[in-house]
Amino acid sequence: MTEKLKLIDGVEAINWNRIQDEKDVEVWNRLVNNFWLPEKVPLSNDVQSWATLTPDEQQLTMRVFTGLTLLDTMQATIGAVSLIPDALTPHEEAVYTNIAFMESVHAKSYSSIFSTLASTKEIDEAFRWSTENPHLQKKARIITDYYRGDDPLKRKVASTLLESFLFYSGFYLPMYWSSRAKLTNTADLVRLIIRDEAVHGYYIGYKYQRGLETIPEERRQELKDYTYELLFELYENEVQYTHDLYDGVGLAEDVKKFLHYNANKALMNLGYEAMFPSTLTDVNPAILSALSPNADENHDFFSGSGSSYVIGKAVNTEDDDWDF
Amino acid sequence: MTLGMAHSTGFAPASAGDGQPETDASLIYFSSASGYTRRFVEKLGIRAAQLPLHTSQPTLLALRPYVLLLPTYGGTAASPGAAARGAVPKQVIKFLNHEGNRSLIRGVIGAGNTNFGDSYCLAADIIAVKCQVPVLYRFELMGTSEDVAKVNEGLEKFWTHQSQKPA
Repeated sequence: MTEKLKLIDGVEAINWNRIQDEKDVEVWNRLVNNFWLPEKVPLSNDVQSWATLTPDEQQLTMRVFTGLTLLDTMQATIGAVSLIPDALTPHEEAVYTNIAFMESVHAKSYSSIFSTLASTKEIDEAFRWSTENPHLQKKARIITDYYRGDDPLKRKVASTLLESFLFYSGFYLPMYWSSRAKLTNTADLVRLIIRDEAVHGYYIGYKYQRGLETIPEERRQELKDYTYELLFELYENEVQYTHDLYDGVGLAEDVKKFLHYNANKALMNLGYEAMFPSTLTDVNPAILSALSPNADENHDFFSGSGSSYVIGKAVNTEDDDWDF
Repeated sequence: MTLGMAHSTGFAPASAGDGQPETDASLIYFSSASGYTRRFVEKLGIRAAQLPLHTSQPTLLALRPYVLLLPTYGGTAASPGAAARGAVPKQVIKFLNHEGNRSLIRGVIGAGNTNFGDSYCLAADIIAVKCQVPVLYRFELMGTSEDVAKVNEGLEKFWTHQSQKPA
């Protein structure tokens, strides 16, 4: 643990008027537009709802959020920072600093939830659980080993899998509560985190694919095999972690579908084909609509009966460059 | 509809007039530099035309009825529930500002990510309302094999149905 953080070799003044990769600017702008702080979310409105949860449900919720806090802490202090020396452009470096900071905001926001809903004793107990749960510690160890390793592309794979897959055993629960009209303000806050993680996973996955373009085919194949192997290793651990957390409330099987669904999306963020067939990714529609009210496939002409399709009316756009 | 000819661009020779490239493809799409939407279209294996990546380039001129496929990147609303700004890519707005193009659109397909909540495939919804055409399908990122099958099957039925409608 005594190794020094590897820093970039040289620094030049960053010139945002000379852009090598437009994605850097686009993603920077999106991240800035998405900026938020937990203080803006009225978490205290959830105090009454929290009291309706059973002690087991409260304990589960606390544990899920300490698990998420650990991942966000890792991503803030090691993950996003470890990507900086590998950046291809100075603007990419800047985007990683933004990602690192936002991960710290995420980690802190769980503490806001805790202090609003629980006692100091309950909070301390949940944090102790997070340091003692073998599966949670294992996933942290697998990822940090890659961050400390010397392969820039493998680091990006590990980071994308964290952003786009490892969070979701935890994200399931606030979506579940939200679908039952419980802890809805907490769910609003977590949705903001989910949105951020999607941009992070997309961007790091994009940079991974740019990196792949510069290496020989043989090495590309090796990285593809490595990605599926790492995902599978993480998945097996994630299944055990899910059982540890959710068996008591009988939700483990439902959570696993959500894991499969998000594993597929993590692979797609890296430019690879989905791995789990649709029979294993049929996430509970209540969870999907808690995530996105537009995810209901009956809106679609091809999926629904077609005849029942109604063209929408009001969409509020503020773009001024439409001519009609 | 013309099937086969995997992901050819569907460009006809540029028209002599204003130098805008014309297309007779029945699927027209926008994809950013990350290329997820383009990869979905490649998996469809049908003739499709891609809108230019930069607004400085002349946009396409559609020659026949078409379905528009475009992604929503999310993160365009300042806060949850706030009005979306810039959900529809400028390149697509430029294409639809052309009245001829607008008159030939028959449906929209959206690509996106449910992580963006309310904004999931929002650009497709906006265009559907503005142009009064249905959203035919939504899928995430570069789509699964099931999405590819559903869109191929759906488009074929859709065009068959369209061709039976009185002109």
